[in-house]
Amino acid sequence: MTQSDSSNTDNLMTGGRSPLEKTLDNGFKWLTFAFALSIGLILISVAIIIAVGAFPAIKQFNFGFFTNSNWNPVTDEYGVIAVVYGTIVSSLIALIIAIPLGVGAAVFLSEDFIPDQIRTVLVFLVELLAAIPSVVYGLWGIFVLIPITTVFGTWLHGNFGWFPLFSSEPAGPGMLPAGIVLSIMVLPIIIAISRDSLASLPPDLRQASLGLGATRWETIFRVLIPAAISGIMGGVMLALGRAMGETMAATMIIGNSNRLSISILDPANTIASLIANQFAEASGLQISALMYAGLVLMLLTLIVNILAEYIVNQVKAKYE
Amino acid sequence: MEESLRNSVFELRDVDIFYGSNKAVREVNLDIPEKKITAFIGPSGCGKSTILRCLNRLNDLISSFKIKGSVTYHGQNLYAKDIDPVEVRKRIGMVFQRPNPFPKTIYDNVAYGARVNGYKKDLDELVETSLRRAVLWDEVKDKLGESGFSLSGGQQQRLCIARTIAAQPEVVLMDEPCSALDPISTIKIEELMQELKENYTIVIVTHNMQQATRVADMTAFFNAEAVGKGSKVGYLVEFDETDKIFSNPSQQSTEDYVSGRFG
Amino acid sequence: MVVSTIGSLKKKSSSPRIILGSVMTGLSGLCMIVTLIPLIAVLFFVLVQGFSRINIDLFTQLPPPPGLDEGGLANAIIGTLVVVGIAVILAVPIGVLAAVYLSEFSHGNKFATSIRFATNVLSGVPSIIAGIFAFGLLVSSGIVGFSAIAGGVSLAVLMLPTIIRTTDEALKIVPQEIRWAALGVGAYNYQTVVQIVLPAALPGIVTGVTLAIARAAGETAPLIFTALFSNFWPNVSAQGLAEPIATLSVLVYNFAILPFKPQQELAWAGSLILVFLVLSTSILARLATRRKLY
Repeated sequence: MTQSDSSNTDNLMTGGRSPLEKTLDNGFKWLTFAFALSIGLILISVAIIIAVGAFPAIKQFNFGFFTNSNWNPVTDEYGVIAVVYGTIVSSLIALIIAIPLGVGAAVFLSEDFIPDQIRTVLVFLVELLAAIPSVVYGLWGIFVLIPITTVFGTWLHGNFGWFPLFSSEPAGPGMLPAGIVLSIMVLPIIIAISRDSLASLPPDLRQASLGLGATRWETIFRVLIPAAISGIMGGVMLALGRAMGETMAATMIIGNSNRLSISILDPANTIASLIANQFAEASGLQISALMYAGLVLMLLTLIVNILAEYIVNQVKAKYE
Repeated sequence: MEESLRNSVFELRDVDIFYGSNKAVREVNLDIPEKKITAFIGPSGCGKSTILRCLNRLNDLISSFKIKGSVTYHGQNLYAKDIDPVEVRKRIGMVFQRPNPFPKTIYDNVAYGARVNGYKKDLDELVETSLRRAVLWDEVKDKLGESGFSLSGGQQQRLCIARTIAAQPEVVLMDEPCSALDPISTIKIEELMQELKENYTIVIVTHNMQQATRVADMTAFFNAEAVGKGSKVGYLVEFDETDKIFSNPSQQSTEDYVSGRFG
Repeated sequence: MVVSTIGSLKKKSSSPRIILGSVMTGLSGLCMIVTLIPLIAVLFFVLVQGFSRINIDLFTQLPPPPGLDEGGLANAIIGTLVVVGIAVILAVPIGVLAAVYLSEFSHGNKFATSIRFATNVLSGVPSIIAGIFAFGLLVSSGIVGFSAIAGGVSLAVLMLPTIIRTTDEALKIVPQEIRWAALGVGAYNYQTVVQIVLPAALPGIVTGVTLAIARAAGETAPLIFTALFSNFWPNVSAQGLAEPIATLSVLVYNFAILPFKPQQELAWAGSLILVFLVLSTSILARLATRRKLY
């Protein structure tokens, strides 16, 4: 009997199961913790590995990297100003096209213009737009889009050639077609986030505006879009981050010319496509310089993405 | 009935309201008098808010909403095909259950209705008059440029009333305007309603029977009855002067409800 | 006492407000249509150009040398399976268990907040940066060289955020009562999670992993200088994993810019396979989540 008494107290302490199970339980918790921790470690090591790889180039070029427009593997002279310019301009072209289209489509999808079933299908199609691999957009861009933009570019140059942005004969690949493909690729982000921010507005706002005698579109322009504007801005920032980091479609379409040119009909280059193009065959200081460029790209997208995250969270906090 | 001698703003005749295939309200006949405060009372689910919202066609926003019978406003059928719901809502303003200022400045909130309706005269003056009428002017005159959210709940609701008045409606509908407010704000809003009825016809939905006795000239009591499995249909039991509804109702169920012996 | 000032409530169809409204409705619809034109155009061209090249050889033969016709892209299909397989083996356990920590054990502490933040940052890292990471970690350090493994690691980095987020969300949807019920009958935490919570969240997790796989299979940029490419069959041994390997996406890139027609046709065919993969997984994922919603 004393035996069973002691085993009873034992039961209360361990649940009557083997110590192994308790160890297992703790072990499992620690395992999940370690994996969660590893996400942070991966992020940090991405930054460290690229910074270490870039170190020789950083030592060699320092901030001169940002003022030099030459990228010359033969003389081992490297500067990123041309590709930074290309990255920013191609992304801006993408945003100029995608913002009005995306916000317009988001409004269309968030209002009850169409029956629910059709809306579901349209939303799904927009998701598909985001799912198509970027290399497929690149292929399509080479064989379908570039011939079209070349015709359009020739017309632009012919009629508006005095304008610096159109001051050159289109060469086929270039900033313009790349910007267009990038706009297609960022549209789903802008649409999805704008739609979410419009949909998460309290229905009271719409009712209040309609109750005051505003029409549907007056309500959209004067109340709904202003109220959702920070969410929409967050989506635009995310889209900018995506456009700047987008590699394949840009590489295949932009023409990979490291010469700085104002005309958007000229070939150009982005940081990402420079890396994609040269990395596999690079050696020595060139690898380091490419990593330096990668570091610049990472910082740019990091800043943009963190800003976007901050803005989007700000909005969530406001209405919850 | 001597009521029919009065000027009616709204006349509801045999109104049935459906959401999809569910009938929510049946056979409502009601005349709402001009420049009086009319209260809708009744248990939840009795359709009083639904009826209120069909007076300015705000139910249009619900796609499954359907209405039968007729609702006329000064003799014009509100649900006729050629009626512009935007025009209707401009004439018939609404104050909602929870204060719902726009994420704009106090000034822009009040000016909103006037702006969308192309108001040509002095906006500053309109904003001031409206805020004064809503008894909010003294509290906000120094911070018109601040966000409407910076006000307290009671102030926000008065801001919403000012916003409604500024759109220069003929009727103000109020859907439980005090249910989210503290007692002091509630009293302020009730006093405000008394002043407003000089110029406006007011229809208020309220859960609070004391409120109905304090503010309303006329009271309509709605009730709900179960039909089929779990669905309820609301109907108008009795409509009369408030005093009569609360002291000497003609229906037993009204008496049970107002005396708190309900269910 | 007839009411005097009541004007008409009737619609004035010529009013500028109503016309403007109709114009804006039309414009927003137009935005929607213009958005979908590229999708339709891409699907159309990939289908038309790629379909003519679909035959048995495509799935059984090696790519032809420049100038020659016929051949296939069998080695690239196998290569994509191998590289994505490596990525899945690495990313799924890490991602799912990390999400289990975030949703089940962290109780929303600061650490969890920062890991969720890191996950979001990681998902914004350009894919080419993941490539440089794998290159720096494995190739330039001399650990494995250009190889299927290096490619797999770079894809795993890209898959992780998607897997963590979808798993985290799927776990959050599992009703709290189920956990209490399991703990209430004396189950340990790990038993509750492994036997009760994870199975309940499985449809959501599988959906997320499937979408991540489809996304990874189409990734190109990080593979160009990690897995490189190969015109030959992959080596069937552990050694083969440490050698350069062909993948569908890199094949599309390499062949798209070659001036030879047969290669370009293979690029379209490869695109068709990739698009088919993405399309079918997206639809499957959609159906799986729909079943849960209703």
